Amino acid sequence: MASPRQIDTDPAARFETRSATREAPWVKWTLIVLALSFFALFLLMPLAAVFAEALRKGWSTYFAALAEPDALAAIRLTLIAAGIAVPLNLVFGVAAAWAIARFEFRGKHFLITLIDLPFSVSPVVAGLVFVLMFGAHGWFGPWLSEHDIKIIFAVPGIVLATVFVTFPFVARELIPLMQAQGKEEEEAAIVLGANGWRTFWHVTLPNIRWGLLYGIILCNARAMGEFGAVSVVSGHIRGETNTMPLQVEILYNEYQFAAAFAVASLLALLALATLGIKAWVERHAGRAHRTAQDETPS
Amino acid sequence: MSIQVRNIVKRFGGFSALGDVTLDFPSGELVALLGPSGCGKTTLLRIIAGLESADSGQVLLEGEDASARHVRERQVGFVFQHYALFRHMTVFDNVAFGLRMKSRAQRPPEPEIRAKVQRLLELVQLDWLSGRFPSQLSGGQRQRIALARALAVEPRVLLLDEPFGALDAKVRKELRRWLRRLHDELHITSIFVTHDQEEALEVADRVVLMNRGRVEQVGAPEEVYRQPATPFVYSFLGAVNLFHGRVDGEGVRVGDDLLPHPAQEGGLSEGARVMAFARPYELDIVPCEGPGGITATVSRALSFGVTTRIELEGRDGQHFEVELTRERAAALGLAVGQAVRLAPSNLRVFEYEEGAGI
Repeated sequence: MASPRQIDTDPAARFETRSATREAPWVKWTLIVLALSFFALFLLMPLAAVFAEALRKGWSTYFAALAEPDALAAIRLTLIAAGIAVPLNLVFGVAAAWAIARFEFRGKHFLITLIDLPFSVSPVVAGLVFVLMFGAHGWFGPWLSEHDIKIIFAVPGIVLATVFVTFPFVARELIPLMQAQGKEEEEAAIVLGANGWRTFWHVTLPNIRWGLLYGIILCNARAMGEFGAVSVVSGHIRGETNTMPLQVEILYNEYQFAAAFAVASLLALLALATLGIKAWVERHAGRAHRTAQDETPS
Repeated sequence: MSIQVRNIVKRFGGFSALGDVTLDFPSGELVALLGPSGCGKTTLLRIIAGLESADSGQVLLEGEDASARHVRERQVGFVFQHYALFRHMTVFDNVAFGLRMKSRAQRPPEPEIRAKVQRLLELVQLDWLSGRFPSQLSGGQRQRIALARALAVEPRVLLLDEPFGALDAKVRKELRRWLRRLHDELHITSIFVTHDQEEALEVADRVVLMNRGRVEQVGAPEEVYRQPATPFVYSFLGAVNLFHGRVDGEGVRVGDDLLPHPAQEGGLSEGARVMAFARPYELDIVPCEGPGGITATVSRALSFGVTTRIELEGRDGQHFEVELTRERAAALGLAVGQAVRLAPSNLRVFEYEEGAGI
């Protein structure tokens, strides 16, 4: 219904079509060339280089590199770490966003700051924290070794570090969304007799689903690509505690460029897929958001 | 179902939203909670619904203390100012929501739900919209759907929080009449919150006037309008002229002028500070030379109804408003800037109150 207005509301198009606001052609083309060459130099070229290097020695070498037991182990470990971290942060994130957006309590601002902590500290520091806590000389180290539990230089450490660095993604995405939506719909559901769980399932969740999906995608991308924190706690044991980013580094340091770039190309593909899904979700979320805005009179 | 609230107190931090409110809402009546924004009317409504809890006091539903009952079990219907329709559900699913959320034992079978929703949509005259989403409806339609949704669970009480507050004037007037008709059909005990005095007086059986977390007056619309109990009610319901002065012998002295009024009969002592009120139609304009009345100068005359409204300025810049018949205004032949006197035919005098909310 707003289609005739939409042309008008796009300021770029409006500026371009009216001679009074149109820039001289040389200004326009200089800016376009500058922007595009920057884009090509810093974004497209590295991406292309990854695939070019990976395939330099042909497809057979490429697939052989990926079929290496160590490479397969790295892929498996990355999938495990992301497979545990993402669902955990999905639950934590929704719970934290729900608490912050729906309730007033003491220490709320402190909690919001705390959620942002993983964004503000260096991932290496995050990894070190876990080493200091669970490492052989850490706080819980002696107790853990007595009970024969390995966390640092083992899979649990990698999962912990991944959960830590990816914690804010879901919560950060949902808090502003849920605050903007308010709690009236949930109150309406409760007055109509719905219990807490059914209110969440039938009213809250459908309203936040696109934001939630968006948060999960970002969370997953970071979980699979995380290097710093995981590098500190992993110990780089080949075939056991190497994730894909760590595997890339090891291969590269050993001058196995084709193999390094082959694994790197998988991560790059993951990034491309993430971007694709992200664009799709944004389109849907944008549509849902516009409907929501129609709903709330200003 | 009758509702009683007893000694309700509610504070938000240092702000007292409700200070010791006690009210009776008899069964089957449509009652308006009227007051300026921030007077606590919405808070009271939410406490009755159970969406908010009182710091102390009781809510009695049908004589039974509901303070410990969960919102779900109170069987109230609640209509929100901004509709609060479920935006991802169709109109039909919105109305069916309450029925589908019932426990398995109480839930009617799906065909019955469908029939009932259909009936409700017909009741609000919007059955042709059942497949639409809330974003595709106008404000007035959304609010009618919200009402149908609230009625679906057969509530014992209907609570409406500024139901027409977000609508434009014309739709609001239409919905007002429609709500009154609906209430006459269903006779469900209803309370609605509004800050619009015209809306309250026009729709409700009874009006509760609230100010600063307290009840100022309760009564039929006619009663609260004709006999305002407090200065606040007087100034809140309709246009009013206010004079500050002191009791002086046979009248009220305002500045150098004297308004004749038997103030001392009303128990006010000589020299007491008072506030005197007169409605615009209770003031007459007389030539400047006459005795009594307040001196003022004409600043504007507006005549586009059956009456002529004349705006005047008092000696210290105070604004007055007088409503005269057209004939009377023509006979006076007033000109802008002309000095006149205002003579009240009726005057209500209250003892001066610090911050009466005016």
